Amino acid sequence: MTEYYVCPGCALLCDDIEVEIEDGKVTKVNSACRKGVARMKGCSDPMECTVDDEKTDVDAAITKAADILREAKDPLIFGHGNSSSQAQQLSIDIAKRTGAYLDDTSSFCQGPIIEAILQDKLKTCTLDDIRHKADVIVFWGADPSNSHPRHLSRYSYFPRGNERQRGWEEDRTAIAIDIRKSDTAEICGQSNFYRIPMAADAEFMEALVSALSGKVPKTSFDFDKKKILQLANVLKKAKFGVICVGLGLVYSLDELEPLFILMDKLNEVSSFHLLPMVGQYNMRGFNQNLFDKTGYINRVKFDGEDNSVKHGADFSVIESLRNRSVDAALIIGSDPLSSLPLSVARYLAEIPLITIDPCRNLTATKSTVTIPCALSGVEAGGTAMRMDGVEVELKKVIDTDNLTDEEILRRIKEAI
Amino acid sequence: MANVMEIYQLLPKTNCKECGKSTCMAFAVDLLARKVKVDDCIPLVNEEKYKDNYEKLSEIIAPVGDVTETGLIVHDDKCIGCGNCVVACPVNVANDPQGAGSGKAPTSDKVIFKVEDGVVKARNVEECRRFGENKILCVACIDTCPTKAIEFV
Ligand code: SF4
Repeated sequence: MTEYYVCPGCALLCDDIEVEIEDGKVTKVNSACRKGVARMKGCSDPMECTVDDEKTDVDAAITKAADILREAKDPLIFGHGNSSSQAQQLSIDIAKRTGAYLDDTSSFCQGPIIEAILQDKLKTCTLDDIRHKADVIVFWGADPSNSHPRHLSRYSYFPRGNERQRGWEEDRTAIAIDIRKSDTAEICGQSNFYRIPMAADAEFMEALVSALSGKVPKTSFDFDKKKILQLANVLKKAKFGVICVGLGLVYSLDELEPLFILMDKLNEVSSFHLLPMVGQYNMRGFNQNLFDKTGYINRVKFDGEDNSVKHGADFSVIESLRNRSVDAALIIGSDPLSSLPLSVARYLAEIPLITIDPCRNLTATKSTVTIPCALSGVEAGGTAMRMDGVEVELKKVIDTDNLTDEEILRRIKEAI
Repeated sequence: MANVMEIYQLLPKTNCKECGKSTCMAFAVDLLARKVKVDDCIPLVNEEKYKDNYEKLSEIIAPVGDVTETGLIVHDDKCIGCGNCVVACPVNVANDPQGAGSGKAPTSDKVIFKVEDGVVKARNVEECRRFGENKILCVACIDTCPTKAIEFV
């Protein structure tokens, strides 16, 4: 029997990966896409264990990290998308105990969509449902050919499934709605590609709802009405439809209302589901874990005294840094100095900063404490949640001397 | 993908026959089929005025390690290992319906495409529908590739 592993390269968590190991290193990775292979082969530039830029041992670094968090009045704990659920739980515990701001990357990614799904405001389904049943698949502001390379081949377009035996040419229609002709749009074909102007998604949704209601679909950008009616027709006939929501769509909507209206309409005339195209492999897990404990998916602030929790935009990583309302930060498996706008992130370099990560990154170079951890999904196991909310067990592939982020967080928690 | 005219336009168009072909057009046809190499056109390599064209042509006709018997080439540098071709190839589906045909890692030795180390590798090419007695012009792997990494010459 072939031993299969799980790829932590993105939130598809492909579980059919074969690896070859030599001298305790992953030397070959089969079935994974290029992105996954790069992740599973480990970092080219591992992080070192340091305090104040001096190399030290992990015990000293953990003690210092605990000191920083204990002494801070309003620490920020951020990251989590590349950590197992077990590590995330500990992070939540530490945030509670230290009265911290707690947030993750969903705060500026798929957060609003996942929140709506967890609150039962949007109908969703699993990737396996999509493979077995979906006949109309819409990629809206999403380009999985780049962000989730195996999305189309494993689930959404090409594979045969129980109710989709004849393959994509006859059994499935893939549609791309985007502001540019992405690689995914290329695969969908010219007749199934709807190019819309920037930030026009809400208006296009409205027009589509009109078309679905048998009205003339008007847009301020004069989109070919016939083409919208054509699209409405395809959507109406769907037996099992899916809208894969990409960041392009999330960023373009000021509020989710137009999406709710469209989904309601679609479910009046046919059956439609929504899938958030989550990026990091366990971002959805963090949202779920925090939701289970607090009722919120991100952007929270705990009160150190009475354990109450506040939630809102003011407690997001961006606002808390912009307002300089935090006085220390713990970053786990993330690189905010490269991913956040510099004007906001720069403040991180001014406060005591702790980074836990397998690889060196920009944030690490500005950190007071850096603690290298095992590469989750490769050097450590744990549980993670796929983009569709299905739990997947990660399997350890090789050994490492580094502690897991879970173990590091447990020891920090104990030291506090 | 390059076509004959595009290649022809980049050749000297002098029909000098130094390559052993009777015309530049004939050379272009053979170059597209990878029967000759860009470097076989001696003036193109040696003469300064063709330098740009030589570079352009070398880029279009990317050197290929192995052209398989069916003329199938995978451009490693373009492939992202998405596996669309693995799952779309009708031969893969027929030979491995539960594995490759269902979107998962191939479980049969008889598949044509398999992703190894992030890049698709072709094998068992004699099974390809473009080959053998009842050949047909199948384009399943070409059409489904997001990066145009697969080519038949
Ligand atoms: S699609 Fe995502 S999970 Fe699958 S192999 Fe690629 S990076 Fe890994």
